[in-house]
Amino acid sequence: MKQTAAYTLYRPKWYRKRVSTYWWSRQWSYFVFILRELSSIFVAWFVVLTLLFINALSQGEVDFARFQEWLKSPLMIALNFISFLFVLFHAITWFNLAPAAMPVRVRGKRLPDWMVAAPNYVAWVAISAVIAWLLLRGN
Amino acid sequence: MAKRSFEPFLWSLFSAGGVVAAFLIPVLLFLYGLAFPLGWLTAPGYRETLALVRHPLTRLVLFVLCSLPLFHWAHRFRFTLYDGLQIKHLNEVITVLCYGGAVVGTVLAGILLLSLP
Repeated sequence: MKQTAAYTLYRPKWYRKRVSTYWWSRQWSYFVFILRELSSIFVAWFVVLTLLFINALSQGEVDFARFQEWLKSPLMIALNFISFLFVLFHAITWFNLAPAAMPVRVRGKRLPDWMVAAPNYVAWVAISAVIAWLLLRGN
Repeated sequence: MAKRSFEPFLWSLFSAGGVVAAFLIPVLLFLYGLAFPLGWLTAPGYRETLALVRHPLTRLVLFVLCSLPLFHWAHRFRFTLYDGLQIKHLNEVITVLCYGGAVVGTVLAGILLLSLP
């Protein structure tokens, strides 16, 4: 909306209540909302890690080993532990939102939420198992 | 005629990235961020990893894994800054930094994956 409205006889006045910058700290549900939004930072961090991983891999065996050592430092373990919790939080809230984002109707009736969310969880477990198998089968 | 909004397109990237992130990132981050460095499980060695990553299908998956979640981040982070910190006056800068970052990351992923030995 434009702030500079053209002049009229009854020019409307803006009434906008100021909202505190810390509005999200007042109520638990708002706080959870902001936490969920912040999970995106850790998603981005994972992508950065992936790019560094591929780069180390293409540089050769020495760089790859150095990269793996770097991941063992306490700072990285702590950061990745926190990131893992946030990414888990993202996945769970994402799957639970699926019924709201895509309501499925069968014969005019809306399917219960859990019937839309459940297949996501099944697929999640299956995909995770396949990835784990791919990476662990050699051992 | 009203200007077509770009927002639905960005939202669909956000949504697709959210799906990819939810399905793929937890297991990968658990393995590579915790289980392998802490010695709970044995990581695949250099040769096995290289062989796996060089496979065209893996490269495609890795490209998608890097690109879409970055657009997911860009969209969500942009609105976190809008709503959380209420810095709407920095609108243009934030938009450019967020989606620009996602584009840069996507290009980097493409270059890295194509130049694998």
